[in-house]
Amino acid sequence: MTEPILAVDHLQFGFHDRKLFDNVNFELVPGSMTSVIGPNGVGKTTLIRLLMGQLQPTGGHINWRDKPRVQVGYVPQFRNLDDEYPLSIRSFVQLSQLGSLLPWHKAAERRKLDEVLDATHLLSLQNRQLGMASGGEKQKAYLAQALIDDPSFLILDESTASLDVNVKVELMDLVRELNQKLNLTVLFVTHDLPLAKEYTDQFLLLDNGVGFLQPIANMEPDQMPEELRGIVETPEED
Amino acid sequence: MFHYEFMQNAFLASTFIAIASGIVGVFVTARGTSFLAHTLSEIGFAGAAFAVFLGIPPLDGMLMFTILSAVTVGRMSAKASRREASTSAVSSLFVGLGILFLALSSSSSSYAQTILFGSIVGISRGEIMQLVVLAGFVLLTVLISYRYLAFDSFDAVGAKAHKLPTNLISIYFLVILAICVSTGAQIVGSLLVFILLTLPSAGAKYIGKTLPQMLVISVAAALIGVWAGLALGYYTNWPVTFFIAVVECLFYVGALGYRNLTK
Repeated sequence: MTEPILAVDHLQFGFHDRKLFDNVNFELVPGSMTSVIGPNGVGKTTLIRLLMGQLQPTGGHINWRDKPRVQVGYVPQFRNLDDEYPLSIRSFVQLSQLGSLLPWHKAAERRKLDEVLDATHLLSLQNRQLGMASGGEKQKAYLAQALIDDPSFLILDESTASLDVNVKVELMDLVRELNQKLNLTVLFVTHDLPLAKEYTDQFLLLDNGVGFLQPIANMEPDQMPEELRGIVETPEED
Repeated sequence: MFHYEFMQNAFLASTFIAIASGIVGVFVTARGTSFLAHTLSEIGFAGAAFAVFLGIPPLDGMLMFTILSAVTVGRMSAKASRREASTSAVSSLFVGLGILFLALSSSSSSYAQTILFGSIVGISRGEIMQLVVLAGFVLLTVLISYRYLAFDSFDAVGAKAHKLPTNLISIYFLVILAICVSTGAQIVGSLLVFILLTLPSAGAKYIGKTLPQMLVISVAAALIGVWAGLALGYYTNWPVTFFIAVVECLFYVGALGYRNLTK
């Protein structure tokens, strides 16, 4: 069996007197696509922060594969960029190139940037002001930014929330393409059950502090926690 | 007009303050801290009054007050939604203190006026050297932290996702801003520093699409403003700061118009 890229073992976490996770267990193999499902406030964003090392578990373990080391790309949920946001898509994606302290970018860095813009289908739009870009183009730019360090693991936090249906599909097609081309492991936090069913192989259901993986075929809306029946469009804020 | 030494000095001084403010201003605008830049110039006035009260050099008092309050505001307003209110609170307190120290030190209020409105045409060679050092300091600090400062200023959420120490960068920048405001304000007046910190960069935002473009446009607009202001002031005898304010406002309105035409 393939060695897991991430193994979460009896994870526990709480804030002060409130216990958020009591027993979360899952293992992800490289190249898998997994959705994270759960009602508002169940701690989906907290789980990401634990995985990213921004929070420390109060119990259990989070084990990332050692060799080769896992580079994580993370597309956060909220960006407050208004329509006057000045930078072009290219300049915006370039912000995340931190491999050097030099104020200018070397030829190798510019080539890498071209590659990422190409992979996210943004090359022809690269000079558009990000503030003027559509919701889907913005999400692609955020995705491109997360891809700049060649991650082997990608975390998407509600990236499709507030997008039109056809744009959601386009974005997820792109994620699937990257998953297949780069053998990228994807963890996709979402409220959108049909989308999860269409694009991910398995889902991590978080409910009442417990979380475990299930094959996507098991996803039946009427088995889901009550809050999740049907599509909940409002993104979680915590 | 260049055969007068005071005009030569004024041109040199305003050139360096325009370069420093034009650069720092781009980050002020990107980070949405124009209001704080304004507040810092008032706080600088309070610091100077405090220094006069103690009998120490005004610049020391200004640096002390602005850096202290920049760090305080920076720590209080990690949440953007709280930034305005905490900036108001800190600024009210410091302006109040400035008035108190001026009253206590019984020095004439003309000194306060110099700090607030400045006098670009009364600058010594020594003061020009201070501004050269300031411009050099700003260039150097921005250059060594360029990518980190740019990422955090133009996409704080992304910077956090890339595990940048965003709080540290924030305070680092506020200290640069505080030094820029204090040094500039005691020589050319805090009003002029505020104009140069906010308007050229706000206009540059509507024209430039990359950070280097914005920096060049912002510095150019600041330079054109101060040079034109000095020349107009020389020929009309009206206050230089008035003309600079007008030129920079025109530039800002023009840039806004340009954006509306091209969007």
